[in-house]
Amino acid sequence: MLSSRLVRVGACLAKELYRGKFVSMFRSGYIQRPHYKHLHNLQSSTRVCPDTIIQRYRYLSTTPTTNASEEGSEEKEMISVTFVDKDGEENHIKVPIGMSMLEAAHQNDIELEGACEGSLACSTCHVIVMDMEYYNKLEEPADEENDMLDLAFGLTETSRLGCQVIAKPELDGIRLAIPAATRNFAVDGYVPKPH
Amino acid sequence: MNFRKMAIFQAREWLRRSFSTVYSHPFCVCIVGSGPAGFYTAEKILKRHQGAQVDIIDRLPTPFGLVRSGVAPDHPETKIVINQFSRVAHHDRCSFFGNVTLGSSISLSELRYLYHVVVLAYGAESDRSLGIPGENLTGIHSAREFVWWYNGHPDCKNLDPDLKSTDTAVILGQGNVALDAARILLRPTKELATTDIAEHALAALEKSTIRKVYLVGRRGPAQSACTAKELREVLGISHVDVHIQASDLHKTMADEEEMKNNRIQRRVYELLSKATTITPSNAGSGQRELHFVFFRKPDCFLESDDKSGCVSGINFEKTVLKSVGPGRQIAVGTGQFEDLRCGMVLKSIGYKSVPVHGLPFDHQKGVVLNIRGRVLSDASGDPTLYEEGLYVCGWLKRGPTGIIATNLYCAEETVASISEDLEQGVFTTSSSLPKPGTEGLLQLLYNRNVRVVPFIGWENIDSEEKKLGSLRNKPREKLTTWDELLEATLK
Repeated sequence: MLSSRLVRVGACLAKELYRGKFVSMFRSGYIQRPHYKHLHNLQSSTRVCPDTIIQRYRYLSTTPTTNASEEGSEEKEMISVTFVDKDGEENHIKVPIGMSMLEAAHQNDIELEGACEGSLACSTCHVIVMDMEYYNKLEEPADEENDMLDLAFGLTETSRLGCQVIAKPELDGIRLAIPAATRNFAVDGYVPKPH
Repeated sequence: MNFRKMAIFQAREWLRRSFSTVYSHPFCVCIVGSGPAGFYTAEKILKRHQGAQVDIIDRLPTPFGLVRSGVAPDHPETKIVINQFSRVAHHDRCSFFGNVTLGSSISLSELRYLYHVVVLAYGAESDRSLGIPGENLTGIHSAREFVWWYNGHPDCKNLDPDLKSTDTAVILGQGNVALDAARILLRPTKELATTDIAEHALAALEKSTIRKVYLVGRRGPAQSACTAKELREVLGISHVDVHIQASDLHKTMADEEEMKNNRIQRRVYELLSKATTITPSNAGSGQRELHFVFFRKPDCFLESDDKSGCVSGINFEKTVLKSVGPGRQIAVGTGQFEDLRCGMVLKSIGYKSVPVHGLPFDHQKGVVLNIRGRVLSDASGDPTLYEEGLYVCGWLKRGPTGIIATNLYCAEETVASISEDLEQGVFTTSSSLPKPGTEGLLQLLYNRNVRVVPFIGWENIDSEEKKLGSLRNKPREKLTTWDELLEATLK
């Protein structure tokens, strides 16, 4: 199951690579945050998971490249995403196609936990898709994701793991709530706003 | 606002600010225990209080608690959180001091004297007991000890469970720890050989004669305490036939009611049902067997006739479920008994915390008396009597349940309590004065000849273990004795 997702993401990456967009996009992300925290562990890592590949790739992409894509076409490959944090504050960000919401959040200093760094072994990057319409545009969660969602706090009908929501054009405008885990965490029940 | 109120307000404001600026004296915090509860607490305090200096002490030379000694070796992804904790340990205002034991290296009252705030997050290092005859027979271990053994915890290196005298092991309990233990016993050792499992455990498992593992629960499949991920894994071990009695899967109305509001139980039940319909492949061809046994409560352990003092089986009482309120059922005995022969037993019925001197403790629940992380002075439950500057987080606060991420929320709650107390001026004048903090701690430990292991010492252990592991195609080869660990800190 995991390997099939891997293939999917791999294919997506390859496609983007071929178009020559991916390099510049990730590169700019890296330059903005040169001390990005996951980078230290990448070379020694032997894990194989979608997120790692993206991260690894990003690592490679820090080498100078002659790619000269235009600003305009780069725009096209980004989607708008809104994160609504625990206090209800909104963060509007642009996310390149192919990037997970977990990574996008971290690149933009949005507080979203990611204990297992996107390897589907925890539930800390739990996000709530605020509009059913967008939720339905996502592929069904795999068993492995559901297993982790079982353990997420304040689970809702439209909950997903941020590391498994990958930016694609149809998701432009998606709004994601980071569940409030404050107060009594044992009986926490976040209800997403109806749209 | 009258003057009096204003004065109080200003005093509190001053107190709050004085703690939140780096230039006045630091806000000294000591966290006892460096597992997930300890590190998440540290992370949140550092983030919320710019003037805080956080010291984390641990009785082991190695940090990360159960991430190192609890998480199964074949779950490397779960251990990735160590990266995050290491970043916390490297924070300018955070220090780790290993090989420091609360209760022997330093007492609780000393710590409270040295720091403004002490957060106890040392978890649960003991076990609940069944309290039935024969519990001390040889061959019966707590699952915690077994887990520590295969994970190379220096306190259980010599557990040396006998895996060669029997073909049957019984695990009492059906939670995730029980499932981990079953998986380690049944999984082909070839697959374990490339994990960070302790070498002594791998060697013993390679020679193991155990072919059958029973996972026994007092209640039914609708009440299982495990999670879907762990169950899916144990059901999918190669060369293992899974046995579940189809009749046990009969659902009552009460079961339906119970599962309706519990997604985990619902999905676990579904997985068990699916596993039941798969008929075991050709039994007898050396296949290993995993048996799920429901509705059995251990009544006593049986002693072997040939080997005096050794366990040879368990006498179980059959149970039925009885409703005790909406959506909750308990197991009650039926008076019918049956024996199950086995040469090894792992009790996986829960961990238990151990109190230290001077700590208000609820022995019944096995936790420190607290409200939202604030330690209460006595058992009467009077919520106004707090132990000033003393807090608790993790298993010691809420009991031994939950996953790593549970500690994230648990720490958030405890740190919120600390912040509230700070802002509301709960700390009296004496504790708002400068405290000896790190310097005082190190001086005291030096005077007592305690060999403190700083984070760099752990990093030396870490690289030594990784080096040893690379020789064997393992992510790391854990050092499993106190001597080896302490020696490696100096390299």
